[in-house]
Amino acid sequence: MAASMMAGRRWISRHGRRLVVALPLLWLLIFFLMPLVEVAQTSFTTARRGIPPFAPLWGFDKDGFFTNFNLKNYGLLLDYWQDYIGPAGNSLRLAFFSTLICLLFAYPMAWWIARSNPRQRAILLVLVMLPFWTSSLLRIYALIGLLNPNGFINSMLIFLGVIDTPLRMMQTDFSIYMGMLLTYLPLMILPLYAVMIRLEDDLLDAAADLGASRAGVFMTVVLPLTLPGIVAGSLLVFIPAVGEFVIPALLGGPEQIMVGKVLWTEFFRNRDWPVASAIAMLLLALLALPIIYARYQDGREAAIDRVGGQGGAP
Amino acid sequence: MTPFIRIRNVTRRFGDVLAVDDLSLDIDRGELFCLLGASGCGKTTLLRMLAGFERVDSGSIEIDGIDMAAVPPAARPVNIMFQNYALFPHMSVADNIAYGLRRAGLPKPEIVARLEELLRLVRLDGMGGRKPHQLSGGQRQRVALARALARRPKLLLLDEPLAALDKKLREDTQFELVDIQERLETTFIVVTHDQEEAMTLASRIGVMDAGRLVQVDTPRTLYDRPCNSFIADFLGTVSFLEGVVASVNDGSIMVDGPVPVTAANPGGFAVGDVVRMAVRPEKIALGPEARGAINEIPVTVEDLAFTGVATNYRVIGPEGVRLKLTQPNRRGEAASLEWEQQGFVSFDPADVVLLRD
Repeated sequence: MAASMMAGRRWISRHGRRLVVALPLLWLLIFFLMPLVEVAQTSFTTARRGIPPFAPLWGFDKDGFFTNFNLKNYGLLLDYWQDYIGPAGNSLRLAFFSTLICLLFAYPMAWWIARSNPRQRAILLVLVMLPFWTSSLLRIYALIGLLNPNGFINSMLIFLGVIDTPLRMMQTDFSIYMGMLLTYLPLMILPLYAVMIRLEDDLLDAAADLGASRAGVFMTVVLPLTLPGIVAGSLLVFIPAVGEFVIPALLGGPEQIMVGKVLWTEFFRNRDWPVASAIAMLLLALLALPIIYARYQDGREAAIDRVGGQGGAP
Repeated sequence: MTPFIRIRNVTRRFGDVLAVDDLSLDIDRGELFCLLGASGCGKTTLLRMLAGFERVDSGSIEIDGIDMAAVPPAARPVNIMFQNYALFPHMSVADNIAYGLRRAGLPKPEIVARLEELLRLVRLDGMGGRKPHQLSGGQRQRVALARALARRPKLLLLDEPLAALDKKLREDTQFELVDIQERLETTFIVVTHDQEEAMTLASRIGVMDAGRLVQVDTPRTLYDRPCNSFIADFLGTVSFLEGVVASVNDGSIMVDGPVPVTAANPGGFAVGDVVRMAVRPEKIALGPEARGAINEIPVTVEDLAFTGVATNYRVIGPEGVRLKLTQPNRRGEAASLEWEQQGFVSFDPADVVLLRD
C-alpha cells in the first residue's frame, strides 16, 4: 500500500509537469482543433437537404468505405469570384483601417499608462479592461443611442444651437469605425502596454544624452523596441476584424457587404454549409499563412542572432 | 583660473525631501572625481543634474565656463554611463557605440574610423557585430564606456560603473578605467556607494550625506584625517574611544577616559573638552606581553577572523572598551593570540584622530 503510494507520488513528480501541459492541450484539441477539422471536412463535401444539411465526407456503408470528397465548393468560389471579391475587399479594408485607427489611439494611451505611477497604472488598466466585462452587443447599442439622428449627440448639438438638422452619423463609415474602435481598442492597448512597461527609462535618457532629438529617440529606440507590441496588437485586432459580422450589420449601411455577412447568408439563408465552410477555410488560409510565414522568418532571424554574428566588423 | 566644473549652491527638492542641499563643489579639468555616499544621499541626483536630466531648483552649474541652466542634455559636452549600462538591446555593439556619432551627423568614413579606435580602446576589436545579449557583463560595461566616450565629451559621468560586475572582474576593471581616463585626459565623475572603489579610482573623493558634501579630499587624507566620525566610520573600519582632555602640551594631548590616551596633533582642543578618538585597525599592534609602550592597554580577545592576508581581531579592554584591529600574516611572526587569551594592544599617538562629535 505504502509502496504503491510512493510509486504514485514518484509518477506524479516525474510526469506532473507534462500533465499540467497536457490537460489544456487536450482541451484545445477537443474544442478548438476538432471544430476546425469539422469545418475543413464540410468544405470538401456536398450540400443536401436534411440534418445536418450536408453529406458526410467519408464513412462506411454496406459496400464498405465511401467518400463524398470533391472540390466543387472551392470551384464555385472561383467561378463566382466576382461575387466574393467585393465583400472580401470590404472586409480587408475595414480590418486594415480599424487596426490603424486602434493603433493610433492605443499607442499614446498605452504609453501614458506605462509611464504613470504604479497606483494610477493599476486603475487605468482596469478602466481599459472594464468594457470587456459588459456585453459587446450592449456597448454597440449604447453607441447607436449616442449616434442616432435623435440620439444624445444630435439632441445635444441641436439644443446648443450648433446645428439645425441632425448629423447623419449612423450607417456610415464613421459609425462602423467607432464601433470597431470601441470593441477592439483594449486588444491593442494591452500588448503595447506589455512592451512599453519593460522599456527602461535609462534607454530614453541614454539616447537623449547621445544627442538624439525627441523624434530621434522615438524613431531609433522607442519604435523598434515596441514593434513586437505593435505587431501583436495589430494581429489581435486585424484577425477578428476581418470576420467581424455584428458591428457592420448593426452600425453600417446596407451598401457594404462584408465577408462575415456573406458567410451568414450562405449558412442561414442558403443553408449551403459546404460553401460557407469553403469561404471560412479560404479566409483562414488568407490570414494564417502570412502570419505563419512571418513567425517562421522571425524564428530564423533569432536563430541567426544566436548562432551567427559572433564576430566580424559591422 | 576658473575651475572646469563649478557647482554653486545647488539645491534640488523632491516633495519634502531635499535630495541635494545647497551644495557647492569645484572640479578641475582632467580629474577623476568620486562622489561617494550611501543610497539616497543625493549623489545620483547631482549626477543627473550635471547630465541635464534633472532640473536645478536653485543654484548654478557651470561647465567649462558656460552656465548649463538652459542647455539640454544633447547639447552638453557631457556624456553619461548608466548604472545598468542602458545599451540598446536591438542594436549591435557597433551601432550602440556609433549611435552618438550618427546623431551628430558625422561623415561615414569618420564614424568607421572612430568606431575602430573605440573598439580597440575598450579591447572589443572584432566584436562590433554582436548584440548586447551575446556579451558578458564585463564586455557590456566596456561597450557602455565606449559609447559614452564616442562623442569625445569634456566630462564623463559614470553611475556606479562597476556595481554590476563580480569582485574579481571589478578589480581588473578599476585599473582599466583609471588607465583609460589618464590616456584620454577626460574629466571623470564617478558616483559610487562602494568606498573601496572610490579609494582606488579617485584622485579626489567627495563624501555625501543627506544631500550635502561632508568632506572633499584625497583618498589618503579622508582615510587618515577624517573630519568627523561619520567619515571615519564610512571609510573603512575604525574603533572609537571617548574621553575628556586632561592636559595639552605642545604637540601632544592627554585624554582621560575609560583608558587614558595620548594623542599627537592637539588641533585646537583645550583642557576639559569632550573628544572622540578614532583609531584604524591596522594602526593597532597586538602582543602577548606588555612592552611599556605609550597607549598600551591590556585586553582580552573576544573574536577573531582569519581572512588570508590578515587576521581581524575584536578585543575588549578595561571598562568594556572595544577595539577592532588587524594583524597582517607575516612569515616568522610570533604566534598570534587565540580566543579568550589575554594580551596588550598599543598604538602610536600620531595615529589617533581627534574628532569633535
